[in-house]
Amino acid sequence: MNRVLPHPFVSLFVLGAWLLLGQTADIWRAASGVLVAVLLGLAFARLHPPAMRVRRVHLLVPLALHVVYDIVRSNFAVAAIILGRSRQSVTSGFVEVPLELQDRYGLAILSCIITSTPGTIWVSLERSPPTLLIHVLDLVDEDAWVRKIKQRYERPLLEMFT
Amino acid sequence: MNPLIANLPGWACALVAALVLIGASLALIGSIGLVRLETFYRRVHAPTLGVSLGAFTTLAGSMVFFSVAQGRLVLHELLIGLFISLTTPITFMLLVRAALHRDRKAGSGEVPSRAEPEP
Repeated sequence: MNRVLPHPFVSLFVLGAWLLLGQTADIWRAASGVLVAVLLGLAFARLHPPAMRVRRVHLLVPLALHVVYDIVRSNFAVAAIILGRSRQSVTSGFVEVPLELQDRYGLAILSCIITSTPGTIWVSLERSPPTLLIHVLDLVDEDAWVRKIKQRYERPLLEMFT
Repeated sequence: MNPLIANLPGWACALVAALVLIGASLALIGSIGLVRLETFYRRVHAPTLGVSLGAFTTLAGSMVFFSVAQGRLVLHELLIGLFISLTTPITFMLLVRAALHRDRKAGSGEVPSRAEPEP
């Protein structure tokens, strides 16, 4: 980007976190926040992270709403399995999802989504062919899981990070 | 009694209590699941209750409590939620990948083998 703010997203996040932690936005707090944000942005650049190319950030909103809905729903589903009597009859298993998403930041977000949703766990990412291995607690239909992850999560991430 | 709690209106007390109880119950159910589920890969699903919705409702309860009690918006719990969501996958991935590595080495038929996607 430029010399002072090589990673504007990181700096913006640090500034936001700084103000939230201080719980004030007076002039000294804001000034020190800007200073810390710029310095940490520069420090982050020294790590040579892969370039982040984000387009169509607004897609994050429907994605986040989907994720919140799925997290709430699957919390109750998994709680019901744990407390229910029929948990031995619930079949669990691995599902292989062919992935098109290559961007590291997109994959990082996908891993947070899949792990934060109870009932699915990110197991491993195989390189060739690019395949994501997940474990599903209540596995009924493998294809339905593949479709769900590709359409609900991967597609918006693909459009955002390419 | 803590003056913060004594000055809290009734509706806020009820809301905070409900949110914290939901969070605590989910964490408890997750822990019960850790005991009751049979295999490693099934067990590892249980604690996600406590770190997803369980953590969120507890944090929401904290936000409501301190916002109402102090008469201003208290939002820094959002950061806790964000950092929990960002860091939990790393722990789970380490655990699950270690298990997968061992099972693959042991030639367990339960785990899919490497680089051989099912048709």
